[in-house]
Amino acid sequence: MAEHSATPLSTTGTSTTGTMAVKRGMAEQLKGGVIMDVVTPEQARVAEDAGAVAVMALERVPADIRAQGGIARMSDPDMIDGIIEAVSIPVMAKARIGHFVEAQVLQSLGVDYIDESEVLTPADEAHHIAKSAFTVPFVCGATDLGEALRRIAEGAAMIRSKGEAGTGNVVEATRHMRAIRAGIRRLGTLDETELFVAAKELRAPYDLVAEVARLGKLPVVLFTAGGIATPADAAMMMQLGAEGVFVGSGIFKSGDPAQRAAAIVQATTFHDDPDVIAKVSRGLGEPMVGINVATLPESERYATRGW
Amino acid sequence: MSRTPVVGVLALQGDVREHLATLRELGAEAVTVRRPEELAAVDALVVPGGESTTMARLTARFGLLEPLRAAVAAGLPVYGSCAGMIVLADRLLDAPPDQVTVGGLDVTVRRNAFGRQVDSFESRVEVDGVAGGPVHAVFIRAPWVEQAGEGVQVLGRVVGGPADGRIVAVRQGNLVATSFHPELTGDRRVHALFVDIVRRHLAEQAGVDAGNGRGTS
Repeated sequence: MAEHSATPLSTTGTSTTGTMAVKRGMAEQLKGGVIMDVVTPEQARVAEDAGAVAVMALERVPADIRAQGGIARMSDPDMIDGIIEAVSIPVMAKARIGHFVEAQVLQSLGVDYIDESEVLTPADEAHHIAKSAFTVPFVCGATDLGEALRRIAEGAAMIRSKGEAGTGNVVEATRHMRAIRAGIRRLGTLDETELFVAAKELRAPYDLVAEVARLGKLPVVLFTAGGIATPADAAMMMQLGAEGVFVGSGIFKSGDPAQRAAAIVQATTFHDDPDVIAKVSRGLGEPMVGINVATLPESERYATRGW
Repeated sequence: MSRTPVVGVLALQGDVREHLATLRELGAEAVTVRRPEELAAVDALVVPGGESTTMARLTARFGLLEPLRAAVAAGLPVYGSCAGMIVLADRLLDAPPDQVTVGGLDVTVRRNAFGRQVDSFESRVEVDGVAGGPVHAVFIRAPWVEQAGEGVQVLGRVVGGPADGRIVAVRQGNLVATSFHPELTGDRRVHALFVDIVRRHLAEQAGVDAGNGRGTS
């Protein structure tokens, strides 16, 4: 494929790795679950004990990236190795937008999923990684349907609504999830000729647009991310149509991470049962403090990164 | 006699929707199971693909573990795919030391046996009892059966590659497990095999009940 292609599909005898079915299928296995940001092997074990379906290994949680500033990059391989050693659940890690060599490194480390993430400082202001060329699958953020479909066209096998990471404020996650879902519903009302115009407006390939119109959903799993801090936040996003939840700073920036992590897992499974959500919301201690997104200057908004 | 079987899908986490859809296509009534009372209302259960550690923790936390064990012991037909195979195994390798299982299948299962996600693969597997050629099998961070007890029927093995000969489909009584995910492929034949087991089980029960009825009245 491209000059920077990593490992292509590899076939031995009758079996093939790196296919779209195993990439998208991996995300299907995570549905209904919670993926937690962790920065140490100890945190990874807390997450696994709490019932996380996967952990996201990174050097600093988004709240600290915000507080400390500077360029945020892929994590140290030693740190990722340590987390892979520590747990038996899948380990994801973040690469900068467009930084295909960070992605190659993460694949060689054996991470199970790469998040091409706006939380890190973008490495390319025009191009995302050509993701189909990799054996490892990718998840990408999106603020609306067009962005989601452009990422899928590049090979993303999973989408998460972006939200605004590191704020502990669910308002942007809500906005983006509603936008994606409304975009999908709208396609379902269009006839064939109108779908061509919709593809142009969405700046997405026609075939993908037509597929979404037919399915009434994305062809890949849709999670939510960016600002989820409480069990009720997680449950609301599930009721809005998310198929699972990423929690970043919300757990390990709170007063009692182990208990909050377990509570968010349970609220995600029982997202339609207010009695369970009430029960697990009791006595959780302090949530992360949080930021009012309206006070964030444009330059500090991560959701606007990516194109 | 031939009432529609009600098949539950354990819906704590995982690819629940795909199993529900496949079961419905085969004429079963498919419902989600997250609570003990929902488990009590089904004729059979599917434990879906997903993350087995998460399922283990949630079954314990929500009081489902003992009801599940009792149901399996009482003969409830259960099919487990991938994580479901782990949940049904009596013994685990490469699992956190405190990971509990429902058990019932006299097998030792190795988690993530084929490797990490970059090693996940598609292949074709001949499954005993499934006619019409090999099954299109998707293996995702899949387990395999390292050792199977005497009462366990091996239904399928990997052919070729480094894992040649590894056991990836088994049956013991009313319990069926596969390392792979037929629910992701549109190939309904493994589910059909299971629904057939469920229908036979229901018919036998109906026969026993009818027998008891005659005996006591």
